[in-house]
Amino acid sequence: MYRRDFLKTAGAGFGALMLPIYGRAVAADVLATKIDVALKKRLATAALETATKAGATYCDVRIGRYLRQFVITREDKVENTVNTESTGAGIRVIVGGAWGFAATNDLSADGIAAAAAQAAAIAKANARYQTVPVELAPAKGVGDVYWATPIKRSAMEVPIKEKVDLLMSVNGAALKAGADYIRSVIFAVNEQKYFASTDGSFIDQDVHRIWAPMWVTAVDKATGKFRERSGLSAPMGRGYEYLDAAPSGRIALPGGAVVYSSSYDMHADAIAAAQQARQKLKARSVKPGKYDLVLDPSHLWLTIHESVGHATELDRVLGYEANYAGTSFVTLDKWRSKSYKYGSPQVTIFADKTQPGTLGAVGYDDEGVKTGRWDLIKDGILVNYQAIRDQAHIIGLKESQGCCYADSWSSVQFQRMANVSLAPGSAPLKTADMLGGVENGIYIVGDGSFSIDQQRYNAQFGGQLFYEIKNGKVGDMIEDVAYQMRTPEFWNACVGVCDAGDYRFGGSFFDGKGQPGQISAVSHGSSTARFNGINVINTARSLG
Amino acid sequence: MSIYSEQDAKVILQKVMKLSTADECTASLDGSIEGNVRYALNNVSTSGVVNNAELVVKVSYGKRAGTATTNQFDDASLKRAVERAQELARLAPENPEFMPAIEKQTYKPSSTFAAPTAAITPEYRAKVAADCIGPCRSDKLVAAGFLNDDNSFSAIANSKGNFGYQASTSVNFSCTVRTDDGQGSGWVARNLADVTQFNADGEIRIAMDKAKRSAAAKALEPGKYTVILEPAASADLLTYMLNGFDARRADEGRSFMTKKGGGNKLGEKVFDERVTVYADPWDPAAAVLPWDEEGLPREHTPIVTKGVVDYLQYSRYWAKLKNKKAIGEPGNLIMLGGDKSTMDLVKTTQKGVLVTRTWYIRMVDPQTVLLTGLTRDGTFYIEDGEIKYPIKNFRFNESPVIMLNNVEEFGKPVRVQPEESGTLMVLPPMKLREFTFTSLSDAV
Repeated sequence: MYRRDFLKTAGAGFGALMLPIYGRAVAADVLATKIDVALKKRLATAALETATKAGATYCDVRIGRYLRQFVITREDKVENTVNTESTGAGIRVIVGGAWGFAATNDLSADGIAAAAAQAAAIAKANARYQTVPVELAPAKGVGDVYWATPIKRSAMEVPIKEKVDLLMSVNGAALKAGADYIRSVIFAVNEQKYFASTDGSFIDQDVHRIWAPMWVTAVDKATGKFRERSGLSAPMGRGYEYLDAAPSGRIALPGGAVVYSSSYDMHADAIAAAQQARQKLKARSVKPGKYDLVLDPSHLWLTIHESVGHATELDRVLGYEANYAGTSFVTLDKWRSKSYKYGSPQVTIFADKTQPGTLGAVGYDDEGVKTGRWDLIKDGILVNYQAIRDQAHIIGLKESQGCCYADSWSSVQFQRMANVSLAPGSAPLKTADMLGGVENGIYIVGDGSFSIDQQRYNAQFGGQLFYEIKNGKVGDMIEDVAYQMRTPEFWNACVGVCDAGDYRFGGSFFDGKGQPGQISAVSHGSSTARFNGINVINTARSLG
Repeated sequence: MSIYSEQDAKVILQKVMKLSTADECTASLDGSIEGNVRYALNNVSTSGVVNNAELVVKVSYGKRAGTATTNQFDDASLKRAVERAQELARLAPENPEFMPAIEKQTYKPSSTFAAPTAAITPEYRAKVAADCIGPCRSDKLVAAGFLNDDNSFSAIANSKGNFGYQASTSVNFSCTVRTDDGQGSGWVARNLADVTQFNADGEIRIAMDKAKRSAAAKALEPGKYTVILEPAASADLLTYMLNGFDARRADEGRSFMTKKGGGNKLGEKVFDERVTVYADPWDPAAAVLPWDEEGLPREHTPIVTKGVVDYLQYSRYWAKLKNKKAIGEPGNLIMLGGDKSTMDLVKTTQKGVLVTRTWYIRMVDPQTVLLTGLTRDGTFYIEDGEIKYPIKNFRFNESPVIMLNNVEEFGKPVRVQPEESGTLMVLPPMKLREFTFTSLSDAV
């Protein structure tokens, strides 16, 4: 939802927060330090006591330090580097069966106590009108525990100069290869999160994520036409080692495009992006109609995200997001029937907050629940949802699935999507073999424009690279392609998923939901998959 | 503490200026108390208050600049922030596009603050939720809504003697009402500076009425239709188009404002002659801060006059390069219209579609600003000047540039806050011909 806000912000230069490059970037002296865990426990314990005295039957406290770093460049210039640091506490209570929440940047004992009292007062005001008290699934206290993203090299500790040198080299390579413009960014996130609850959990976590997007533009001044090709990397829950350009991460696809798995070669992708952006200027416009689509994981992640990930969020199903993000067609009666055909038998889709390297991987969610893996769609049949503690009882669960997340200490935690992924096919199947069976189709690589309705039925997706498939051969690049789909028909049109050898992740750094709006980062894995008879439209228009 | 008076903010910012030994220093101090209540399934779901304040210090030595931030305001913290910014600036490379601090400015205050909004209590928020939930529960309808109130201040200063301070408030309300069988859905939204102008009792009736009237929708064939877009339905479409008003992008050949063969379309007629749009920070219906993010004063700025493009956004750097005057970037957008209500526009429509709200709008092709998205929460078929029946939601693929060349009539403008942008707008309901719906959606 909010991806474009980032794109716009990146383009605008981040307004007042423009930071220069080099040196020990803003937070260098603080990046290496953390708030003492004993202090966090002392503050959190005081808040739990204040809330309990104010009548809270449950309280959780999140003391968070959220660090972000952007290095933003265009062509031969570093526009800015931005380091942000945000520290504070969010306190959530149940009083009289209603939730209350207060957050403060004042981390003194008095400041935290005042916020705890304020959260209790808010809960009391709401309890007066509450007809259905909050029912919280049990989460046994885990005591003092620590979890950290397994990384080899923290992006926060890599000198800014090293990042700038990489991006300047990337930009130079793209311009040399025919690009007119390029914008490239390295974006690193570190969430230092401490969670304490009246259940007896004191959880300290150190979460890292990285993303290195780029946008390469080719312009034909004579015709006024321009085309953009975005980078084909994925944002990952990994350290700076993701940008090491290890040859093992390179995958050459039939037709010539190159994509990446465990390691990203940004330099090589920039050269390809420049060449392909120029190719796009002259590519033939698609003839609209029905096609068999072969979708690369660099594209399919977004379709999974929108049409399955969001659709199976239990808060949406129940109506908690009705005013903004919407509800869902995946209603409880479909789940209760145990026979709802979400997709073809080839389609097994699972949720997993433990897969290493993914954006959603954490040890515990933001209400102290240990994370895990479970099926959402099994052999085409809807079997489960994604739930948190105050929803688990509705679908007969004895405990939460651990899907709770807040994007800041200042935001209230709520149900957010786990990593939701398409299981690879169990029979051996390579992409080339899958393509070989297609008579009249389109091969789509990379994600593009995306839009879906508020119940997750009707969707439209673009992409980065489109190749026609004729009689089993990948042919010319084509342009102006978007496919329109109705979710259940689309997944029931899935006739094949390649094997685990092709399994890769895509993901979103800025998935938006909630009021006030919050972002979250989530990965989606898949192997290349084929969908038969999908409606393709032509998106070319003329402004006269 | 997150809200500082003008005097207190000035003291902090003057301390920062004195602490700085750099060639130039610019600082901003912003703080807010933000409260909200969220409800769904006819019960409050979450509610909270957030206090926060932040100081941003930017210093420069020649063309080398450094910035640091803090949210602690004791003397030691201020000193540390300034020293950190200075250290960065000394180590930074020269930025060829660096622009020096702005000169001392005079800001004409705008009416962005209303004391009653700053005094909203948790009890008031809970009561708004109750005022929406109560009637819905009685009428077998289900309410899901959100009220957010913001009490904030912004202060800016620099070493050339510039200073500005202004307090602001806002209230943002929206509510979706659904029939209990999930077959009908209606929506209402209001954005105000002054909460005394807000009446949840009245607003909720609009959403309730649309929910009931939208049940049992019929399917129309996708295609080109005359549409009436309520103001909230067109706001985000225009947001996307405004991104194309950046002068640099246009000059670089990557905007719909790019001219074939080079240059931009400033001064050219791009829209129907009935399209007139301007920005004005003092507009009584949609006042915004009288300065932009760089501290440049905002002005009354014609953007499009009778279809002719009057304005492209020049950053200070691009303006210098192109020998243009850089002016404050608009914080609002006001479009002229007529006197007719949405229902008056319906009365003069032989066949058409009335759209309450648009959803999940995304750019398909920036070359033509082709956007896709969907209708939701109240889409109706109009025939012979009457709303005949509810219709299933549509996906559209349409460009606001084409849309604003297919104008039939504009109604009376009202204040709206786009759902996915911070630019406050005053927009009329729009009657437009040949709006392109490309498929049906089963979503209610």
